[in-house]
Amino acid sequence: MADEKKQVLQETVEHMESMLSNNQKFEAKSSWDCVLLSRQSGRPGAKAFISMICDQFMELHGDRSYGDDPAMIGGIGTVEGRAITFIGNRKGANFRENVSCNYGMSNPEGYRKALRLAKQAEKFGRPVVCFIDTPGAYPGLGSEERGIGQAIAQNLKVFSTLKTPVLCFIIGEGGSGGALGIGIGDKLYMLENAVYSVITPEGFASILLRDPSKAKEAAEAMKMTSHHLKEFGVIHDIIEEKSPEETARLIKETIIRDLDNLCSKPPEHLVRYRLKKIRGIGEVSGGKEWWQPLLEVFAKTQSFR
Amino acid sequence: MSNEVLKRCPQCQKDVQVGEHKICPYCNYHFPLTVAERLALFADEGSFKEMSSGMRSMNPISLAGYEEKLKENQKKSSLSDAVTIGRCTIGGKPVVVGIMSFAFMGGSMGSVVGEKITQAMVEGALTGDPVVLFTASGGARMQEGIFSLMQMAKTASTAALLEETRTPLFLVLTNPTTGGVTASFAMLGDVILAEPGAIIGFAGPRVIEGTIGEKLPEGFQRSEFQLEKGFIDSIVERKKLKETLSFLIETHTRRA
Repeated sequence: MADEKKQVLQETVEHMESMLSNNQKFEAKSSWDCVLLSRQSGRPGAKAFISMICDQFMELHGDRSYGDDPAMIGGIGTVEGRAITFIGNRKGANFRENVSCNYGMSNPEGYRKALRLAKQAEKFGRPVVCFIDTPGAYPGLGSEERGIGQAIAQNLKVFSTLKTPVLCFIIGEGGSGGALGIGIGDKLYMLENAVYSVITPEGFASILLRDPSKAKEAAEAMKMTSHHLKEFGVIHDIIEEKSPEETARLIKETIIRDLDNLCSKPPEHLVRYRLKKIRGIGEVSGGKEWWQPLLEVFAKTQSFR
Repeated sequence: MSNEVLKRCPQCQKDVQVGEHKICPYCNYHFPLTVAERLALFADEGSFKEMSSGMRSMNPISLAGYEEKLKENQKKSSLSDAVTIGRCTIGGKPVVVGIMSFAFMGGSMGSVVGEKITQAMVEGALTGDPVVLFTASGGARMQEGIFSLMQMAKTASTAALLEETRTPLFLVLTNPTTGGVTASFAMLGDVILAEPGAIIGFAGPRVIEGTIGEKLPEGFQRSEFQLEKGFIDSIVERKKLKETLSFLIETHTRRA
């Protein structure tokens, strides 16, 4: 643990140094600019957005099995008279919080807390809003021992069929499986400067380009910005970034607009739509038509026919 | 099966005669099997009929060099991509199978792998036949960018449909099963089996060592470790595979 902390401290110092050297205004934004902006300290995180959007918010803790993960925030908020379950990756707003939140890298108990709160929301017919902002799930010993892979897998399965509206917002870093673990919903949005990718550009550079210093080139090649992902049809829309308060207002408007629409639909319709949307992502040649078989499977289920 | 051949065991570095099950007699290392060798372990002879054999990867993020890499791997491995799916019988009982091949780009999951695994599961849901998936993967196929990540969502959400249609899903995890495959369908079986000594985890050993700054303990992330931690149901020897799958198929058939 001591070594883990030391590592985190070291990374923080390097991070802050790089931020100081990159402290310039970005005009025409490249993919790499977005990578840096999405990671910039001082950028509003899940906790800040929750407090700007909600009239009231009560944080709920723990996965009821192992512990409470500070890297995942969850609870119930009210937004103009509507009760909503909020879930989000939490990086922390200052150095001390960054360390206690493990820089937003959750352990399995974080994903299991998110799952518990999502199922609780489903039980009481509350919609769920997720704020995604993580470099990825934590690749540590304890995380592996307690089944980080199983925890994420379970979330993907349960969120994809959750019978209540789920809205997801990538507000900063959308880091791989760790982001996807709270990233499946009826609607997926990205803030303008957020990124979403299967691996960090640094990882992509060192594995595929065999040169860790080529992270910038990797970021361009990976097509990980909000504009790319909208073009791919992976996200529904991009939310413009203004001042934190203005951005929060835009998110809030989106939430209210979508929930007005989604909450009036039968939950099984939401799930069918969600499953179809997920089913359609991917590009292959020589594939066969998947639409009809999926409808036939729906017809065989009790819940989604 | 195949005749005894002399091979260098990558685990104990001895030159060994690998028998019909391709296992090192000294350290129990399980050599990778080809799709045909794998099928021969459990499927009734001649019963396998491949599905969607014509499906090929595209280059969804237009990444330089990916198409060449695919061609090179197709040539080297004689496979079209990292998974083969189809139908076969086990002791006369029909099942849908999917077999991943680490030999093809490290068994990485891109659109083709995600789509074929999903098709296999849908076939199971429609027919009610059990689905048996063999994993061997380094994780998501980075060359397909965000599309590879989304295959995790696709396969896991289809596993939810198997739950709804009460279709049995059996997993057999082979060496190695890591990354996005572990964090999606590999961990969602009704019963999860593993071959002895297989590396099973989310983050790869080198990534974890890089994070914690020290060597991993002996046996970390092996099948035996995952059994102890409660993430797999049983470790199954290759010679017992057919018997075990037959038992599971028999006990998971719903009677009217």
